[in-house]
Amino acid sequence: MERIPILKMGRFLLVSIQVDMDDRTAMSLQDDLTERIVKDRAKGVLIDISSLDVVDSFIGRMLANTAAMAHILDAETVVVGMQPSVAITLVELGLSLKGVRSALNVERGMELLRTMREDSDSMDAHDHEE
Amino acid sequence: MRTTTKSESIPVRSSAEVVSVRHLVRRWAVELGFTLVEQTKIVTAASELARNMVDYGGGGTMTVEALEEDARKGLRLIFEDQGPGIPDIDMALRDGFTSGSGMGLGLGGSKRLSNEFEIRSAPGEGTRVAITRWKGAA
Repeated sequence: MERIPILKMGRFLLVSIQVDMDDRTAMSLQDDLTERIVKDRAKGVLIDISSLDVVDSFIGRMLANTAAMAHILDAETVVVGMQPSVAITLVELGLSLKGVRSALNVERGMELLRTMREDSDSMDAHDHEE
Repeated sequence: MRTTTKSESIPVRSSAEVVSVRHLVRRWAVELGFTLVEQTKIVTAASELARNMVDYGGGGTMTVEALEEDARKGLRLIFEDQGPGIPDIDMALRDGFTSGSGMGLGLGGSKRLSNEFEIRSAPGEGTRVAITRWKGAA
């Protein structure tokens, strides 16, 4: 079974999925990411899927679950680089990935993570004032 | 008249072999000149049905066939297992229905991604699903 590498960049974790994952690889990525969020105290996760030419319901669910778990652990998730043909197919399949934030590419995704983080940091600061 | 110009079968017993199904179907779809969206749709449908066989049917076989009918060309995929079968097919086709851990999008979703969809199943007699996509069809 292959393992997808997870990179740390400041307070964010970066993953670029370069292989056609089987279900077990997808599940272990979900587990690894969840563990790393806690261990590295990460505040954001960026998942680049620009190399994936298929996202079926299993991988779609893995992305949605990862985002949900990250959220509970106080980290934001952005999925970047989805190919248009994959997006068209996902919607027809019946998977809208409503809970998953997305961006066009890695650069925009990083910007989005930073903005989301600033918003929540300023909310934290506000909470402390009260 | 509909003719099968060539065909190939592969075993599907594990999640690694579900990946092999995706690659095989992609190769045939490219060979037939499917657009990228058409390729993605049939490969995704194949992935769902192959996983169903592994998760619920105890594994099975996929056969891919290149079809010609008048001027049009298509790809037909047949998924056959000897598993427990599906007691209520209408129910199984409904989105969100699952007897396992999946999302219940497999059957209904793969039907939407295909131009033709046939299913035959009975308790104790396994399941056979056949889907067809024609090149250039909506």
